[in-house]
Parts: sequence; C-alpha cells; structure tokens
Amino acid sequence: MPTVELRAVSRHVCKEVDLEVADGEFLVLLGPNGSGKTTLLNVIAGLVSYRGSVFFDGVCMDKVPASRRRVSYLPQDLVLFPHMTVKENIGYGLRMRGDPPADTQCRVQELVQLMHLDGLVNRYPSQLSGGEKQRVALARAIAPSPRVLLLDEPLSSLDLQTAKRLRAEIRRLHDLTGITTVYVTHNLEEAEELGDRVAVLHSGTVQQVGPPTTVFCSPQNEYVADFIGSPNILECDYCHPLGHGVVEVGCKELAIVVPHDGNSVKRIAFLPSDVYLTATPPPGPHVNGFEGEIIRLQETRDLVRASLSCGGNVLLAEVPRAVCAELDLEEGKRVFVILKLRRIRTYEG
Amino acid sequence: MASGVLLENLASSLIRVIAGFCAGSAVGIGLGILMGWRAKVKELLHPLISLFYPIPAIGWIPLLMLWVGINDLLPIVVIFICSFFPVLYTTASGVRSVDQSYIRVARSLGASERQILFTVVVPLALPSIFTGLRLEAGMAWRVLAAAEMIAIPTGIGALMVKAQNLVRMDIIIVCLVVLSVMCFLSEKLFLYLERKVVSKWEG
Repeated sequence: MPTVELRAVSRHVCKEVDLEVADGEFLVLLGPNGSGKTTLLNVIAGLVSYRGSVFFDGVCMDKVPASRRRVSYLPQDLVLFPHMTVKENIGYGLRMRGDPPADTQCRVQELVQLMHLDGLVNRYPSQLSGGEKQRVALARAIAPSPRVLLLDEPLSSLDLQTAKRLRAEIRRLHDLTGITTVYVTHNLEEAEELGDRVAVLHSGTVQQVGPPTTVFCSPQNEYVADFIGSPNILECDYCHPLGHGVVEVGCKELAIVVPHDGNSVKRIAFLPSDVYLTATPPPGPHVNGFEGEIIRLQETRDLVRASLSCGGNVLLAEVPRAVCAELDLEEGKRVFVILKLRRIRTYEG
Repeated sequence: MASGVLLENLASSLIRVIAGFCAGSAVGIGLGILMGWRAKVKELLHPLISLFYPIPAIGWIPLLMLWVGINDLLPIVVIFICSFFPVLYTTASGVRSVDQSYIRVARSLGASERQILFTVVVPLALPSIFTGLRLEAGMAWRVLAAAEMIAIPTGIGALMVKAQNLVRMDIIIVCLVVLSVMCFLSEKLFLYLERKVVSKWEG
C-alpha cells in the first residue's frame, strides 16, 4: 500500500494543504462542516481539479485519472447503484476492469462472507437497512483491492448502535487488509476509536496532526481546543490502585474509578458528552455514579449544556435536547450523574 | 360498412404508428443520451432543437406533402417528428439528472467513461425515458388521426372523413372509440414496461 502525500493542495476552501498518510495508516480527518474534509478526499481520489500535487509512494498522481488511481471513494450518501443487486454492486469494480466472471464471483463471495451479507446478495439496495447498505458499500469499495480507501462520514446517517458496530467492523477490515485509509468525520468518538492519527481541519487548513490522545489532551491551538470541546479536568487528591488496570482517585468529595496503569494519577479529564444524567438513581451498583445539583443550563442548537455542582466539583455535562426535555432538567434540580469509566483520561504529570 | 373495413384501416394506422414512433423514439433516445452526457453536443443541438420543437407536428404536413408526397411515408414522418422531440428532451434531461455521485463512485471503482454511460447513467435515466415514451405513445395516435384526416386516403382518420361525407355518425363514433382505446393501450403498454424494468429496484 502506498503512502499518500499532499503537497500545497488548494481547491475551494482548502489552502495549500500539506498532509502525509503513511503506508497502511488509518488517518482520520476531523473538522466541522465546510472545513474542507470532503474536498481533500475528492482531491486524493482525483475526482476534482486542484492546484498542488498528490503523490502515492512518491509518484506524482496529478495526471492520473480517477479510474486508474486505484483509490476507492465511499461518499457520504453511499450511492449504491439502485438498479443493481447487492452482488452486482459489490462486483461492479471487478466487472468494469474486465475480470473473468468466475474470479469476480469468487471475490464477491469472499466479501459477502467478510461483511456478513449472506442471504442478501440478490436484494436491491432499496430493500436493505442503513447498516446493511453501509456494509455493501464498504464491500464494493474494497472489492477491486484498492491501494487507498477514502471514507466520507460513512456512519453519520446510522443509529448509534449500528454505527458503533460498524465502526469496529471498519477498523477490523483495515487491520485485515492494511489499506491506507483516510476517514472523514466530525465525530470525536469515532476519530478517537478509529484513527492511528487524527488531522484536525479548520476552514481548509490543517490545524494539528497527531495520535488521537495527543490531539485530544493537548490541543495545539485555540481552534483545536474549541472543536475538541472543553473537557472537565479534575485534580486528584489521592490515587489508590485497585488492580486489574483500574485505580480509584479522589477529587474533592468524589471517589472516581478510572482505568489506569502506571504511576500515581494527578489529574483526570473527560468530555462533557461523556457525563450522563438521570433523574432516578441508576439501578444496581454503579461505579462512578454520583448525585449533583444543576447550577446552570445553557441551550445550543441541538444540545443542552448543564453545569453541575457535584461533590465539591463543578462538572460540565452535555445532553441532547430530547433527553433534557425528558428528564425535565431545570436549574436547582438534583440529578444523578454517571461518568463513563472508559472515557475518562488520566494524567500523571 | 363491414367490420373488415375498420380492421383494415386500423391495421394500416397501427403500422404507421409503430414505424413512426419506433424510428422517432430510437433517434430521440440516441441523440438524447448524447445530449445529456456531452455538454458539447447539447450546445451544438440545443439552438436548432429549440427552433423546431415548438412547431406542432401537424404544422409540418403541408411541407411534407410536397417533400414526401401523399403516401404511407407521410404520416410516418409526422409521427416521427411528433415522437422525436419530446423523447429527446426527456431522455436528455433524464441523463443529465443522474446524480454526479453515482458517476464519481463508478469512476473511482475504475469504470471508463463509456462503461459509466452504459452501466450507470443510461439505466438510471430509464424512468425518465419511459415517461417520455409513454406520453408520446398516446400522442402518436392523436397526431396520426389528424394526419390521416388531412392527407391520406387510408387509416382510421381517413375512415372518419369518409363516414362524415356519408353522414354515418355511428362509424365516426366507433372510430373515436377505437382511437381512444388505442391511445389508452399504448400508454398502458409503456407503463407496464416501465414498471417491469424499474419496480424491482425501486422497492
């Protein structure tokens, strides 16, 4: 698989973008709408004209048409061919390059098994669920053994559950095939879970590139910090190891269990979106379940930000508007707070 | 007038419709695909076509009578003109309205431009093409009747003119019913074909 290198690429909003994707790497392009993520994918795929240069393994691709770059591009809206069955969709790339029908059928069968599509091969896309369509689109994209795979927010239209399952599937697929992959998203969780490295984009320029933890924990500039979201950062008074890679830390009156291996934890951080609120005590023994009082509510377009006073700390929580309405949240109300164990980051320094 | 006369005239009308309509729509679809796919072809043909399209097909009859003569070819040419333009337009706009993202995906999957045209663009334009054909199949009968009434001694239209001369209202009404049924059947035929092709993938 090639390394992909963009040098001074300009197109629309993108200005002189330099970016390198290593051989077999999974790079996540992260940024809000209109930051130029999709444009960069189109440039790599050769589907639009651009200034600057694109290199695969040091070979300039600017003059190579899209159909010969061996780059599979999976656009946001999937665009499975509606007039072809699942089988025909998956085999499209193979048929077009003139593979013998027997080989095509073999490869399609292999992908059907890989993506768990058995029993669906003769259906048309209109007869599939969102998750199934997604898997077919992925199978179609990797069928011709591309050298580079470009995925444009492939999970944004799916429900959370399905998206989560598919995320694991995509990562598995990448590890299996080792295809150099560029994945576009505006979802932090996705970026963190999938990416070997994350590149944060803002109005057409790359703000920071690095492993997810580096980008999330030490944003390079204000813009990145703003996009990542201001995490809750709590200082720890003590740190007791509990074994099995978890420790208990004390932050004022809260005893919080966090996954950690190594030296004493000095600080912990978690995103407001990883703080869950409920009106009733969560059933069963729950780690990291606390009681708190809402100090302030602040509504944005689709979220409500709640500041909570909780065991002597002030925590920021983000809940979807619907949930807020359901819980009937209001200032001064007492609620139960759950911190998602796996999403708490620890710092020793 | 025995029913044999009606069938005879219907048969000659039917042959004219089929010949004119098939030729007109075949050329219309072919050129329409080219016009929708290649902007250059569109630029070239569009001014010409917008000049001729507004002329009603019947309006060509006087000129055609001089050019083609008064024979079977005349109504066929009129039907050709009548079918050609609308089918051309619906095909071209159907081809043009195929979502660019399908084309991009096909391109990135390694398909050549010609492959993209025939495996993706034309199949996806089929619903529009069928709509054009369906509307024109009925229209062909309307134009045919007019052409036969004016210019040709055979066919349903001509039969009606003869019946009028004999003041045979019953024959005129039978002819009108036959025309109506043929219009209806032609449209239904294409509706059926369209459903057959498209329904399986529209879910």
